[in-house]
Amino acid sequence: MAETRFGRAINQAIAECMEKDPSVILLGEDVGAADGPFKVTRGLLQKFGPERVFDTPISEAAIVGAAIGAAMGGLKPIVEVMFMDFITLALDALANQAAKARFMFGGQCSIPIVVRTPHGGGLSAGAQHSQCLEAWVAHVPGLKVVCPSTPSDAYGLFKAALADPDPVVFVENKAMYSMAGELDTGSAACSIGSGRVARPGRDVTVVTYGASVHTVLAATQDLAGNGIDVEVVDLRSIQPWDKEMVFSSVSRTHRVVIVHEAVLEFGVGAEISARIGEDLFDELDAPVVRVGAPFMPVPFAKSLEEQYTPGVDAVTAGILKVTA
Amino acid sequence: MMVLIRRTELQVGKLFADGQIPGSVHLCIGQEAVPAGIMSALTPEDTITSTHRGHGHVIAKGTDLAGFFKEIMGRAGGVCGGRGGSMHVADMSVGILGANGIVGGGISIALGNALAHRLRRTGKIAVAIFGDGARAEGVFHESLNISSLWGLPLLFVCENNKWAEFSPSSRHFGADLGKLAEAFGLEHAQVDGNDVAAVSKAAEAAVASIRNGGRPFVLECVTLRLRGHYEGDPQKYRDPAELPGSEGNDPIARAAEVMRAFTKGEAELSAIEERVALKVEDAVRQAKDDPPPDFQDALRGVYTAVREA
Repeated sequence: MAETRFGRAINQAIAECMEKDPSVILLGEDVGAADGPFKVTRGLLQKFGPERVFDTPISEAAIVGAAIGAAMGGLKPIVEVMFMDFITLALDALANQAAKARFMFGGQCSIPIVVRTPHGGGLSAGAQHSQCLEAWVAHVPGLKVVCPSTPSDAYGLFKAALADPDPVVFVENKAMYSMAGELDTGSAACSIGSGRVARPGRDVTVVTYGASVHTVLAATQDLAGNGIDVEVVDLRSIQPWDKEMVFSSVSRTHRVVIVHEAVLEFGVGAEISARIGEDLFDELDAPVVRVGAPFMPVPFAKSLEEQYTPGVDAVTAGILKVTA
Repeated sequence: MMVLIRRTELQVGKLFADGQIPGSVHLCIGQEAVPAGIMSALTPEDTITSTHRGHGHVIAKGTDLAGFFKEIMGRAGGVCGGRGGSMHVADMSVGILGANGIVGGGISIALGNALAHRLRRTGKIAVAIFGDGARAEGVFHESLNISSLWGLPLLFVCENNKWAEFSPSSRHFGADLGKLAEAFGLEHAQVDGNDVAAVSKAAEAAVASIRNGGRPFVLECVTLRLRGHYEGDPQKYRDPAELPGSEGNDPIARAAEVMRAFTKGEAELSAIEERVALKVEDAVRQAKDDPPPDFQDALRGVYTAVREA
């Protein structure tokens, strides 16, 4: 298998989809001539031309709305929203239009759009360029939300997202763009709604997604020395999430920690924890533990952001707590 | 067409007052010349997005009247299966991409649909219909800009009834729509929106300009909202003197006046009234007989069913 970088894997998936299906178009700020703010769309304008790749003005509301109208007209638009923080400007299009068109119009249309957007901190990008807002969109019936953690999953999930007839928010952790890994293009293992066991283990289940998967895997190394064998479930897909895989793992380990970079309050972990509490209470040997960011805006100073971001120590503490 | 819309709206008002239509309804009584005139210039494959006050648009674009009544009465056979309601009537089979409960919400959808028309070389146009209140929404300005930059086959129709919900729109919009269009390099026109022949003529000219020149066009139709923002709106914010003075400006009365000048005009008018009354009566009867929608069906309709491989 070839080794590639996370951002490059998404680029390859987009290019292959555009090659295969002439109805796929790409819209976004600086996605064309500038190769994309994070270079994910590098070379696509040259390859597919200005009738497929559109550099848009800084108009998030109109470009996501336009993607919906283009989808109604038979196209499959991919939209890039430069930072997930900017989806605030496109939330009417996402939550009131794209999410509801199929339902509200009695199934007359589907809205096959993919909205790619980077979340996450670690770059001292400050409070308006670092947020993890996936829970917002996961809360809206009609939207699907995915967040891959490896180049292979980014490639596979992107293809699954574009093949999906409904609107998908494709969340990319921006700290991972340069992360290298094997790219398995042959496998069709990625489907929306299916997680993967990133590390099998016996003693405790950690449920996570995106870049946090790597933080958790690093923590498991240290814990293995302490005789704690951790199973790591990478959700990959947040809405819908792989309840079957999570429940099956927790039913074996009887202890669970949920980890994400987003703030804990009303987050993805809150939903998963609630479901486990409702449906799997008898299987638990300890209360569910959540590890996430504190309830504050993402701070700028490097020292502050380091304390803000749930790192290996916080994950280790969470696992020790649930196994105590 | 105007008589059909008027008769439908009066019937909707009555059914709403009788408690047979849930939610709220926003009637377009007094504005019928705009949908009738605009749609006369479009083909079935041209596409429109509409507004919360959209009954006239969808009827004039050609949705089935019984399917319309079933929809706004919340019945299974409604054009959207009873899941949309008055503010969300869509009928893709005749190019209606949806009325919209969000002011300005349909404009960017029409923008993207115009892009699809251009890229797929359909030769058709998209029409964004919006009220004067939507002129203050940011997405309207974004859409003017992008449509101009990209040269899209998009007709902006501003239905200016002078009221933005409960406020006179003079207090909501500080610019001149024509000058705004000019600032974006777009052609524009303003027409007496209560003169159906004038609206039709202006729409034909605008559509021809878009089809030939491949550039968007902004058409403002100045009309008057005769009813409240919603049915049951006491309109205490409105000067009562405004409405009686508008009687002479009723678009249907004005068109009837023109018809009466012809020899057989009066007879033709009665024939239209009769035909429309029967049509509306029949549609309402069908709607009343239609069952309510199934909840499980609705629940299954949130996402597209993916076939198992």
